[in-house]
Amino acid sequence: MSEPTVVTVGADMFAESVEGQAVTVERVDWRPPMPGTEADLAAVATDPRRVEANQKAVQAMLGVTAHLVDVAPASEVLGLEKGQFLHAGPPLEWARASGPMRGALMGGAALEGLVDDPEDAVALFESGSSVSLEPCHHRSAVGPMAGVVTPSMWMWVLEDRATGKRTYCSLNEGLGKVLRYGAYGPDVLTRLRWMGDVLGPLLQAAVRGTEEATDVTGILTQMLQMGDEAHNRNRAGTLMLLRDLSPAMVDAGFDTKDVADVLRFVGGNDHFFLNLAMPACKLALDAGRDVPGSTMVVAMARNGTDFGIQVSGTGDQWFTGPAQVAEGLFLGDYGPDDANPDIGDSAITETAGIGGFAMATAPAIVRLVGGSVPDALATTRRMHEITLAENPRWSVPVLEFQGTPTGIDVTKVCRTGILPQINTGMAGAVAGVGQVGAGLVTPPAEIFPKALAALASRV
Amino acid sequence: MKDHVELRSGAYADSVTLLQVSRAVQAAPGVVAAQVAMATGLNLEVLTGMGFDVPDSSPNDMVVALRLDDDADVATALAAVDAALVPTRPSSGDTTLAPPRTTASALERSGAGAIALVSVPGASATVEAMDAVEAGHDVMIFSDNVPVAEEVALKTYAASRGALVMGPDCGTAVIDGVGLGFANTVRPGRIGLVAASGTGCQQLLALLHHAGATQEGVGVRHALGVGGRDLSSSVGGLATREALRRLDADADVDLVVVVSKPPAPEVAEALSTYADGLATPVELGLLGRGQRDLTAVAEAVLARLGHEAPEWPVHGADNTREATGPLLRGLFVGGTLCDESMLMATEAFGPVRSNIPLSDELALGDDLLVDDHTFVDFGDDALTQGRAHPMIDPTLRNEQLARAAADPATGVILLDLVLGHGAEPDPATLLAPAIAAARQDRSIPVIVSLVGTDLDPQGLDAQRDTLVAAGAEVHLSNAAATRRAIQLIEGARA
Repeated sequence: MSEPTVVTVGADMFAESVEGQAVTVERVDWRPPMPGTEADLAAVATDPRRVEANQKAVQAMLGVTAHLVDVAPASEVLGLEKGQFLHAGPPLEWARASGPMRGALMGGAALEGLVDDPEDAVALFESGSSVSLEPCHHRSAVGPMAGVVTPSMWMWVLEDRATGKRTYCSLNEGLGKVLRYGAYGPDVLTRLRWMGDVLGPLLQAAVRGTEEATDVTGILTQMLQMGDEAHNRNRAGTLMLLRDLSPAMVDAGFDTKDVADVLRFVGGNDHFFLNLAMPACKLALDAGRDVPGSTMVVAMARNGTDFGIQVSGTGDQWFTGPAQVAEGLFLGDYGPDDANPDIGDSAITETAGIGGFAMATAPAIVRLVGGSVPDALATTRRMHEITLAENPRWSVPVLEFQGTPTGIDVTKVCRTGILPQINTGMAGAVAGVGQVGAGLVTPPAEIFPKALAALASRV
Repeated sequence: MKDHVELRSGAYADSVTLLQVSRAVQAAPGVVAAQVAMATGLNLEVLTGMGFDVPDSSPNDMVVALRLDDDADVATALAAVDAALVPTRPSSGDTTLAPPRTTASALERSGAGAIALVSVPGASATVEAMDAVEAGHDVMIFSDNVPVAEEVALKTYAASRGALVMGPDCGTAVIDGVGLGFANTVRPGRIGLVAASGTGCQQLLALLHHAGATQEGVGVRHALGVGGRDLSSSVGGLATREALRRLDADADVDLVVVVSKPPAPEVAEALSTYADGLATPVELGLLGRGQRDLTAVAEAVLARLGHEAPEWPVHGADNTREATGPLLRGLFVGGTLCDESMLMATEAFGPVRSNIPLSDELALGDDLLVDDHTFVDFGDDALTQGRAHPMIDPTLRNEQLARAAADPATGVILLDLVLGHGAEPDPATLLAPAIAAARQDRSIPVIVSLVGTDLDPQGLDAQRDTLVAAGAEVHLSNAAATRRAIQLIEGARA
């Protein structure tokens, strides 16, 4: 035994007493856990499976490399049939769906030819006949904002070559009035049709014609060192993707005007890469699923009404609470009253340790909520308090290349009361409006004690 | 209302800044709506949607669009735009690291070899302690009211990690001269202590330190606490074994002493077998009926090291007259000191009553006072729930002291007072008035065992003098104090 350093948690008199003996003391800023969680926390803490289960879940997640292997319609790769709609977040019925979710579903129904006028889709969804709703997550997919996927939409296909597991995400439409923000006007549908007719097929040809499949995880590694946090800023990632795919696009033998349109569209949409970052995160997190005893969060997702999480040790069960309204900046003369509660599967990025968790690496967007660069550093450091590991591939230069905080631990959230920080866009509350702003949001606190109780009941 | 729209070629700010600028200008007097943005297609759409008429522009132009009250001054509003566009920087960027929020996080920062000291409420103690064990660190858990099942789980896991769990309800540890929790400052030496008892450990520290003043080489290298329940049948001595293993492996330890409140017999037996298998000699000082008291254990340790036991000091014996009644009232802050006195009193008087009784039928009710010899441990879990330990807050014991003094059957009052790190800075001064008040009417003998060393922050001599001045008779040995109290009661009965 050598001269010890002492970590104190609890009564400060003991810390003072040790310091008085000229010994270095590190004090824990301890506060009582979330109300009513003490017994469940103790039960889960002493679960003999927990430590190894979490190591296993974390290692499985960190071990995944996502390669871009195909682009194809949802009808082909997901077996989605006419009348079947995927959406973001935990399960949802039309009756509880928010404005932007309804708007996106209505636009999707028109896109599939179920109705001529999107407005007519209201009756269709109210009747519930010949239409069905299902979370993207239940089909190995993720969707930003409303996340509505219909059979004719083209999907990115990512694969973990070690296991052959795949995840899927639709193609990004750009910002402003777009389907995923609940807009369904003629321009929105025209753009979606063009994406189905031109963008999707050309990307398919490019992906299939690119000799070495694009390493999406590798691009994430690089973009995190180029000022992107891969949720609200995907600028570097988008350009790197374009660099990888452009030669094969040109070689694919498509009409040069179409190629130019696609290059213009992708290059002009800073968020294009988001729809690859998301399924890459999901692919990694899915590898960490279903480890009995693990307290790691494997999905955070919002449907505009509910915020839900899934946890490795509790299978496919969703723990849900009311989605919150983000705080941030608004477009035009929109204000907080115009914003819909939090929506989208894009919080999969934070679940994997980027997005809001990697805020320190993206100083360009820290003022999104009137924050400062020190706030961004503090946010990323704070997230280390609730995570199980650091991602060695995803490092933050300004924090001495510390890995991003990875693997949210339900117990640490309940212990510290620190909620995961999510960067997000804000959709208008009324169907058809589209984007009204962007900002920061957290999950409703109560879902973590719910998940903890379920973990405790399985000890 | 009136609109003002202007283009600023060559001006640039990022979209987030411009959103902030727009928001700031909207708040300016007379401004109904404001949008300051680069003239991108999307922004032009937004501006048009707001009803602004924007002249031909390129995406590199900045558009300033204002909608003002009729009587508002355009120049004033534009000044607000300019002011908002001036880049602002936080005057003092706070980049210091926020303090850690969990024990795990703190241990990551402090590096290998750190020891965790947990004193959060019992319901949360296991969770913090698990952080330490999980990371392979030793942990002392001062907290009490921790369920025994959690203690077993913690210690079982710690055994697989080679970590030592001192506690829960571990009051005292001294590691390489550093006192954790309630601990006395002692001169270093080659004795290792393992203690399932905080005040038992402190009594031995104090006695050995006193002996060491005159006996060369007597001193304590480490005192490892294991928690009061470690030698119960449910915990089975898990931490005691780990502590013994550590001290046995330490080349600077010549002799190991184990002190404990009365252990479960089968655990004591297994422990004895385990100790016999170690290379380092082990002196077992396990309290119990028919067993030695702690002072006798200290004397045995000294004998094994080839030293004579010194005279254990007594002060203020002149204060004490005969007992004023038939009953002995023991009021303790130290659980093991209470146990030790109670065992001695039982041998002298037969069964006595206590809130930590030697057997269940001897339990005291809530009023802690009956028509029998009584021994109260104010550090017991039931009396510390929702309040500080009596070594920190003497209120409860002082109240009971007054009640005992008021009872005409009370013949002698027996107290302990424990010095060292973590204890009150001047406990004698808090206790002295209560002693003086108790003695005021009938000069009830008040015998105090004052457990401490001359190196303790409070100063042993000053504390002793304060108590003697208040009328107490002060011993260093709790066994000697108890023996004196028993003699006085027996004298009154004779």
